[in-house]
Amino acid sequence: MNINPYTGIGLAIILAFVLMALLADIIAPYSPTEASGNVLEPPSIHHIMGTDNLGRDVFSRIVFGSRTILMVVFLAVAISGALGTILGLLTGYVGGAIDRVISFIMDSIYAFPSLILAIALSVALGPNPLNAAIAIALTYVPTYFRMIRGQVLSIKSEGFVEMAKALGLPTTRIIFRHIFPHLIPTLAVVFSMNSADAVLTEAALSFLGLTVQPPTPDWGFDLYKGRGFILAGAWWMLAFPGGMITLLAIGFALLSEGISQSHAVKSFE
Amino acid sequence: MGLARYVIVRALLIIPTILLLYTLVFIVLRVLPGNPVLAALGTKNIPEEQLQAIMRELGLDKPLYQQYIEYLVNFLRGDMGYSMVVRGRPIASDITDRFPATLELSIWAIIVSFVLGVGIGYVAGRSRSSIVKHLARLYGSITYVLFIPALGLFLQLVFGLWLKVLPTGDRLSPGIYIKPITGMYTFDALIQGDLVAFIDAVKHIILPALTLGLVLSGPFTRLTLDNMEKVMESKIVIAYRSRGIREEAITRHVFRHTLIPVVTYLGLQFALLLGGAVLTETTFNWPGLGTYLVDKIMYRDYTAIQAVIIIFAFLVGLISLITDVLYALIDPRVRYQ
Amino acid sequence: MLIVEDLYVKYYTRRGTVSAVSGVSFTMQKGEMLAVVGESGSGKSTLALTIMRLLPRNAVVERGRILLDGIDVLKLSEDEMRRIRGSKVSMVLQDPFTTLDPLRRVIDQFIEFLMEHGLDRRSAEKLALEALESVGIPKTLAYSYPHQLSGGQKQRVAIAMAIALKPSLVIADEPTTALDVVVQKQIMDLIDTIKRGGTSVMLITHDIALAIERADRIMVMYGGEVMEIADKGTIMSRPLHPYTQGLLASIPRLGSDKIPESIPGYPPDLRNPPKGCVFHPRCPYADERCRSIKPQLIEVEKGHWVKCHRVVKA
Repeated sequence: MNINPYTGIGLAIILAFVLMALLADIIAPYSPTEASGNVLEPPSIHHIMGTDNLGRDVFSRIVFGSRTILMVVFLAVAISGALGTILGLLTGYVGGAIDRVISFIMDSIYAFPSLILAIALSVALGPNPLNAAIAIALTYVPTYFRMIRGQVLSIKSEGFVEMAKALGLPTTRIIFRHIFPHLIPTLAVVFSMNSADAVLTEAALSFLGLTVQPPTPDWGFDLYKGRGFILAGAWWMLAFPGGMITLLAIGFALLSEGISQSHAVKSFE
Repeated sequence: MGLARYVIVRALLIIPTILLLYTLVFIVLRVLPGNPVLAALGTKNIPEEQLQAIMRELGLDKPLYQQYIEYLVNFLRGDMGYSMVVRGRPIASDITDRFPATLELSIWAIIVSFVLGVGIGYVAGRSRSSIVKHLARLYGSITYVLFIPALGLFLQLVFGLWLKVLPTGDRLSPGIYIKPITGMYTFDALIQGDLVAFIDAVKHIILPALTLGLVLSGPFTRLTLDNMEKVMESKIVIAYRSRGIREEAITRHVFRHTLIPVVTYLGLQFALLLGGAVLTETTFNWPGLGTYLVDKIMYRDYTAIQAVIIIFAFLVGLISLITDVLYALIDPRVRYQ
Repeated sequence: MLIVEDLYVKYYTRRGTVSAVSGVSFTMQKGEMLAVVGESGSGKSTLALTIMRLLPRNAVVERGRILLDGIDVLKLSEDEMRRIRGSKVSMVLQDPFTTLDPLRRVIDQFIEFLMEHGLDRRSAEKLALEALESVGIPKTLAYSYPHQLSGGQKQRVAIAMAIALKPSLVIADEPTTALDVVVQKQIMDLIDTIKRGGTSVMLITHDIALAIERADRIMVMYGGEVMEIADKGTIMSRPLHPYTQGLLASIPRLGSDKIPESIPGYPPDLRNPPKGCVFHPRCPYADERCRSIKPQLIEVEKGHWVKCHRVVKA
C-alpha cells in the first residue's frame, strides 16, 4: 500500500506525541512539578530544554504536558464528532421544520468566533481540563453537523436510499447502515482538521488560564508563564511549549491534508 | 434598485442570527454558572444581605426572562450595565475606550492576510511550476495552524530582543502622544500629519498585525490558488482567447472570478480574526477588547464578559452583512436574484 | 480561403499519447459552409482548436500546414496569432452559458474585444451596438449582464462578436447543441446569413442531419481522420464510406417505418488506434486488407474524396 507523504509525516508526529504521553514516566528525567535545578537555567546536558523560573525541568514539563493537551483534544473531538454526526444524520434525514430550526442554530454558532465561544463556556463551567474539553466539544458541534447534514441531503436522494425506504426498512437502520458508511472518508478529513483546531483552542484556553491550575504541566499555560520571562532572555521557556503546540497542530493538519488528497484522487479515478 | 433591496433583505436576515447568539450567550453566562456574584467573589462566606444588595444593584435579582429582555433593550441603547468587580464603572465606557485598538489591529491584520494570502495564491496560480503550487498549498495549511501566542512571542524574541528593531508590546512609545480622533493611532497620526507619531504607531502595530495576518492568510492562499486553476481551465478563458484578448487582461478578468469565493470566505475569516485578536492582544499587551476580556475573565466579571461577547456577536452579524454586500458588488448575478 | 495540409495533432497524457488528428487535409472556399461531422472523439473539435491555435498545453502539432488567406497560421508568433483571433478567424463555442463572462456587461466585453483589435472606445461602442442590433439584440440588452439574457440571446451575442470584424473564417463548434429546438433553428438561420458577406463557415457538429440541412459541403471524420468529403448532394445520394452510410442510416425519418439504425461498437481508443483502417472494428465489410493496411484518401470523382479500400477510383 502506498501512503501519502503528508499522511505519513502527520501520523508520525501524532504518534510520537501519543507515545510521549503514554510513556511520560519513563521519558521524563525529572518531576514536572518539583525543582530539579537552579532557576532559569538555559538548555544544557542536564536540562536539555533548560529550567523554568521555579527551577523545574522544562523538558519534563513538556513530556507530562502532552498528557493534558492530548486528553482534552481527544475527548473534545470525540464528543463533538459524536454529537454533530448524530444530529446531522437525524435532522438531515428527517428534514422539515426541525431541520430548518437546528440548521439555523448551528449556522449561527458556526459564524461565531469559536475561541470566544469556548472561552465563554469554560468561564461558565469553571476552569478544569474536563470542562475545557466540554467547552471545546460544544464549540465544534456545528462543524460536524454542517458537513454531515450536507452529505446526507445529497446521498438521501440517491437510488439505494430510495430503494431501502421502499422496502420499508426502519429509519435508523437506513441512516446507520446505508447512509453513514458513505460519510466515513469525509469524516476522517474533518476529524483530523478539527483535531488541529482543537489543539489550538485547548492551547489558547490554557494560555488564558482556563484549563489547568498550577502546578499541573500544560503547554499553553507554560507558554503564558514563559511570556513573563521574555525580557530575561529565557527563550527556552517560550520556544519549547510554543513549538510543541505548533508541531502537534501541524501534525493533524498534514494528516487531514494527506487524507483529503488521497480521497480526492480516489474519487477522481 | 436591485442592490438597495438586496442589502435591506440581508440586513433583516441578520437580526435572528444576532438574537440567537444573544440568547446563547445569555444562557451560557447567566444561567450556567448559577449565581454569578458568588462565582465572581470566589467565596460563599458572604452575608446574605450584602449579596442581595449587590444582586439588586446589578439587576440580577429579577426573574431571568425579565433580565433577558431588559439587558437587550439597554444594550441596544448603549447601556451595557456596570462592572461586577470595579463597582460603579459603566462597561460601555470601557468598551468605547478599548474598541478602536481592536479595530485598528483587525484592519491591519486583514490587510496583511489579504495581501499575503491572495498575493501568494495569485503568483502560484500563474506559475507553471507544480512545485511552486505545492509549496503555496503547504504554506496555506501550515500557517493556518500556527499557534498565535507561539508565533507572536517568537517574533518578539527575534525582532524585539535579538535584533532590537521593533517594540514587543503596547501601542505607542512612552512620551509619544496622539490626539485621538478615531482612536486608531496609525490613522490619527496620518490625519494630523504627525510623522514621528505615525512611524512610532506603525512600528508598534507591525508585529501584532503580522502575527494575526500571517495566521489568517493561509485559507486565502489556498482559495485563490484553487480557483485560479479552476477558472483558467474554464471555457470563459478559451472564449476570451478566441477573441484575441491578451493574457494579462484575461488574468485580470479571471482574478475577479477567484475573488468571489475569497470574499465569501472573508465573512468566516472574521470569526477567526476576532478569536485570533484576543490571543494576539494578550500576547502583545495590546490594550483592546481582547485584553479587556481576558482581564475580566481573571476576575470572573460576568457582566463585563457578557457585554464583550455580545459586542462580538453584533460584530459578526455586521461583518456578514458587509461580506454579503461586497459579494453582490463583485457578482452581478447575486444582486438581481 | 482555408487550406489544411497533412495535419497531425497529438495529446501527451499520463496514460499515453493520443493521436487526436492524423493526416487531415482539406480546403475551404470563400463564402462556403463546410460541415465537419463526427462522433465525440473524432478529432473535429481538436481540428477547430488547432486552426485557432488554442490547443491545451499538452497538445503538440506534429506535422502539417494551415494556410488562412495565404498566411501559415502555425508559423505565427503568439502575439501575431492573438491579433488574428477574432479578426481574421473567430469562433462560436458550444455553450453560450460559459463563454460570456458572467461578471461583466455584454457591451463591456464587446468593447474590450474591439479595442483589442485597434478600435477606439467610441467607434468600438458604435460598432458593437450595430453588430448586436444586426443579430437582433436591442440596445437595452446590450447594457445588461449575461445572466439577464436567454441562452439563444447569449449565442446571438457570441455570433455578433464572431462576425463584427468581418473575418474570413468563422468556426462554429456545436453552436446549437446547448439550446432548445426552436431556438436552434433561429441560431442556425443566423449562422446561414454569415456566409453572405463572403465569410466561410466551418460548422462542427455530431448531427449529420443538421449538416445536410445547412452546409454546402460535408467532411466526415472518424478516429482523427477524414473518412469522406463531398458536397451535400453527393453525400446524400452516393455516400461511399460505410461510416457515412451508417451515419445517414441513423437519421430518424418522418413517415418511414424503418427504425433508424445506430452503428454498433464504440469509437476507437486513440492512445492505441487499431491497425489498418481506423474504422475496421466497426465496419460490416471489413476484411483482411482493412485489418492490416491503412487506406488512402482518394478522389473517386471530382470533389468527392473517400478513404476506403472498397472504393476504387472510377
